[in-house]
Amino acid sequence: MASSAATVTPARPRGRASLLQRAFSGDALARALTFLAAATLIVITALLVYELWLGSGESRAKFGFHFLASSTWNPVTEDFGALPFIFGTVVTSALALLIAVPFGVGAAIFLAELAPPKLSDGMTFLIELLAAVPSVIFGLIGIFVLVPALLVIVPPIKDAFGDNPPFFLSGPFYGVSILAAGVVLSIMIAPFIISVSREVLLAVPRDLREAALALGATRWETTWQVVVPYARRGIMGSVFLALARSLGETMAVTMVVGNNPHIVRSLLASGYSIAAIIANEFAEASGVHKSALIELGLVLFALTIVLNGAARLLILATAQKGASR
Amino acid sequence: MMNRFTTALVTLVGLAGAASAQTLINGAGATFPEPMYSKWFSDFKKLHNNIQINYTANGSGAGITAVTAGTVDFAGSDAILTDAQLKAFKDKQGFGVLCFPTVMGAVVLTYNVAGVSGDLKLTPDAVAGIYLGKITKWNDPALGKANPGVTLPGKDIVVVHRSDSSGTSFIFTDYLAKVSADWRAKVSPTGAAAVQWPTGLGGSKNEGVAGLVKQQANSIGYVELSFAIQNKMNYATIQNSAGAFVKPSLESVTAAAAASAKTIPDDFRVSITNPPGKDSYPISSFTWLLIPEQIKDASKKTALTDFLTWMLKDGQALAAPLTYAPLPKAVVDKEVKAIAKIK
Amino acid sequence: MKLSFRRKAVNGVMLCLTGVCTVVAVGLLFFILGYLLVQGGASLSWNFFTKLPTPVGEMGGGMANALVGSAKVLLIATCLGVPIGFLAGVYLAEYAGGAFASVIRFITDLLNGVPSIVVGIFAYTIIVATTKQYSTLAGGCALGVMMIPIALRSTEEFLRSVPGSLREGAMALGATKSRTIVSVVIPAAIRGLISGMMLNLARVAGETAPLLFTALDNRFWSPGLNQPTATLPVVIYNYATSPYPELHQLAWAAGFVLLAMVLIINITARSIVASGFSHKTR
Repeated sequence: MASSAATVTPARPRGRASLLQRAFSGDALARALTFLAAATLIVITALLVYELWLGSGESRAKFGFHFLASSTWNPVTEDFGALPFIFGTVVTSALALLIAVPFGVGAAIFLAELAPPKLSDGMTFLIELLAAVPSVIFGLIGIFVLVPALLVIVPPIKDAFGDNPPFFLSGPFYGVSILAAGVVLSIMIAPFIISVSREVLLAVPRDLREAALALGATRWETTWQVVVPYARRGIMGSVFLALARSLGETMAVTMVVGNNPHIVRSLLASGYSIAAIIANEFAEASGVHKSALIELGLVLFALTIVLNGAARLLILATAQKGASR
Repeated sequence: MMNRFTTALVTLVGLAGAASAQTLINGAGATFPEPMYSKWFSDFKKLHNNIQINYTANGSGAGITAVTAGTVDFAGSDAILTDAQLKAFKDKQGFGVLCFPTVMGAVVLTYNVAGVSGDLKLTPDAVAGIYLGKITKWNDPALGKANPGVTLPGKDIVVVHRSDSSGTSFIFTDYLAKVSADWRAKVSPTGAAAVQWPTGLGGSKNEGVAGLVKQQANSIGYVELSFAIQNKMNYATIQNSAGAFVKPSLESVTAAAAASAKTIPDDFRVSITNPPGKDSYPISSFTWLLIPEQIKDASKKTALTDFLTWMLKDGQALAAPLTYAPLPKAVVDKEVKAIAKIK
Repeated sequence: MKLSFRRKAVNGVMLCLTGVCTVVAVGLLFFILGYLLVQGGASLSWNFFTKLPTPVGEMGGGMANALVGSAKVLLIATCLGVPIGFLAGVYLAEYAGGAFASVIRFITDLLNGVPSIVVGIFAYTIIVATTKQYSTLAGGCALGVMMIPIALRSTEEFLRSVPGSLREGAMALGATKSRTIVSVVIPAAIRGLISGMMLNLARVAGETAPLLFTALDNRFWSPGLNQPTATLPVVIYNYATSPYPELHQLAWAAGFVLLAMVLIINITARSIVASGFSHKTR
């Protein structure tokens, strides 16, 4: 793994030592310098949290916990509530997971269990490239490809229900909607689920599979009833990771969600998300309005921390469980 | 390795300092006059190569907030500055802000309905009804009455409004408040840059609304006239206070300002929506540049005052080709004198 | 034991489905790439790379200032994020004791989890509001803050992967700890470190949200570091949400350039590291 293992150079300077070597020549200096960097990291993070807390002060004082339960967002009367945006963020992300998890775990199973190693590595490489595509590009594809496509695909499905569509398909459909945002998000988070789940599945000990097969199970039965349950926690971890990523997505969502600050029952209606409203309104906000937006940012931050933490614990739990590869 | 690194660093710092010869001015705000301003600032730069005025159109609300915070040198706004906003500026900066009208424009109702071309006539009640969510289908009798020869489809009206704090919204809601008691009661008694819209989709900036209307079948939205024309979109003829149906145009906007031109107040804050006169287009407005009373940087001050002088003289001639109405002479004269107020 | 038809059928169907899922996932990448290539490639022209934007409604504009602006912002971000992240990573991998190491890791996770729009708020409050100026510097700092935790994590991971025997060998020969790190450990991990930095850069190259309230936008060239600047992702966003077809074409072209750049950096970074490494890169 470490390729240039042979180059252990003894500490004999040849000619003029590089800046890096001279800077590190003092052990104390090196330790101090790197410690300083670590300290800077801590200071920056502390400052960020502090600024968020400070900036949201006006809003927290005015609304208290009611902020989280109120669905009014009225800049004229200066009455703000976070509920429509928490709702929109959660629903779009939930929809994204609903789509991405089956696809993602399915693909991970194929890549971990069925595909020959070279093919598996190659395809995983490509899928991980999908994770590198910037959010604004997804937004571009969303506006010009997905939304028109949905405008063609969805009305017939909706009409098939006649006069009584289920509540989540009710109401007029304009293309820009929670559905569109959910679909775009699902494409963005699928690579994370695939990549991490594949890792986790590969880490499951071979003996388990062989034992199941020896008992006469089919390939699929082995995978679905033995391997996947064993890796369950790690897969859950990947889902939490993907969820954390989708909560903070800004550009792709704001370009296709319709920017409607209300709680809606139908997936076909337009909605809003926390990140989207901050992006749209921060520049023009002042006073309580601005403070409310910063408080929304704080809420989002808190949500992502909790999810990231849970994800890490779950993935760690599975990694420790199985024998390493 | 060290030498290359330091050379790069020094070059970078050098580049950073290379800005000295130019006067760089930054402004932000209204999208309503964006086609006009982008032409003006581009032409002005060609005339005065050392003055670069960079205007970012992100909505009147954002412009007002930015100029109050001091992060930009001036703002563009079609929302009339309220007394509260004037006070907020003074409190923050220690001196006041001046409003300079630049051109006049029209807020038009642009629509995208199959089979209906450019002749849709709307009464004030119809406009208010649509935006209140009371009139929900295109073939509603309230719309049909004013359009006897037109076949309106039985589809839902997709209403589009601004999602950001907007001067265009201000002008539109100012008009709605004047013509509809229902609107006054349910949404806002006066014009406001941001309201709780009873219905509809939100688009960001004039561009966003135009884009949404263009994309969505059976939609209606409000944008500045030049956006509708540049994008070859249909826009409605509106019934004015004298009862006549007037198409938005240079002439009808100029007529709208005629009554107020001579009596315009010293601070130039005046609304010309729903004016008297049978040729007036009812949803017209001035748009303003908000410039601080005091500009510390002498070169920026000279650059801005030079721009204002040029804008009031030569710039006005560039307005008509972009379908903005040049300012009435009475207003121009008064403004030229007001430039001296910038210290 | 003979396998029932039903079990065989289920086996076949489900395994096929998983294959389909994979093909769809991979296909999406090619679809996006292809679509951008077709739409954007057609609009790529000399104008695109060399001209400034024209007034609203006029044709013939380009994105020269956005390309340069993005380059400047990314340069600043790298100068801020990489040194801090790298050095802190060295500290974590080589020096830090148990308790403090956990604290650093926790803080890193915290910073990593900050949504990009919130980083934008932070940079606005700290830099733009205080200097009363939208600037390239503010944009660069916002992206730099996002680079720190990733740089730290990848540095720590790759340094830790260097076998202890190398370190011990150097120390046995009399090298000091810092000498060992500089001359032995870092060179041993260099491929991974460079790869990690490239991936980091590619990730922030596409970030739009933090730039919205820091670098703002500029129709002209932005000299120095203290003025608002056009950047590729922000311009793509603005043009994509406008109604003008010419601007849509420019948005596609810019999108293609951005995506191509990000993918090339990614592919290069990953090929620097041997393929056996690839599934450790997270």
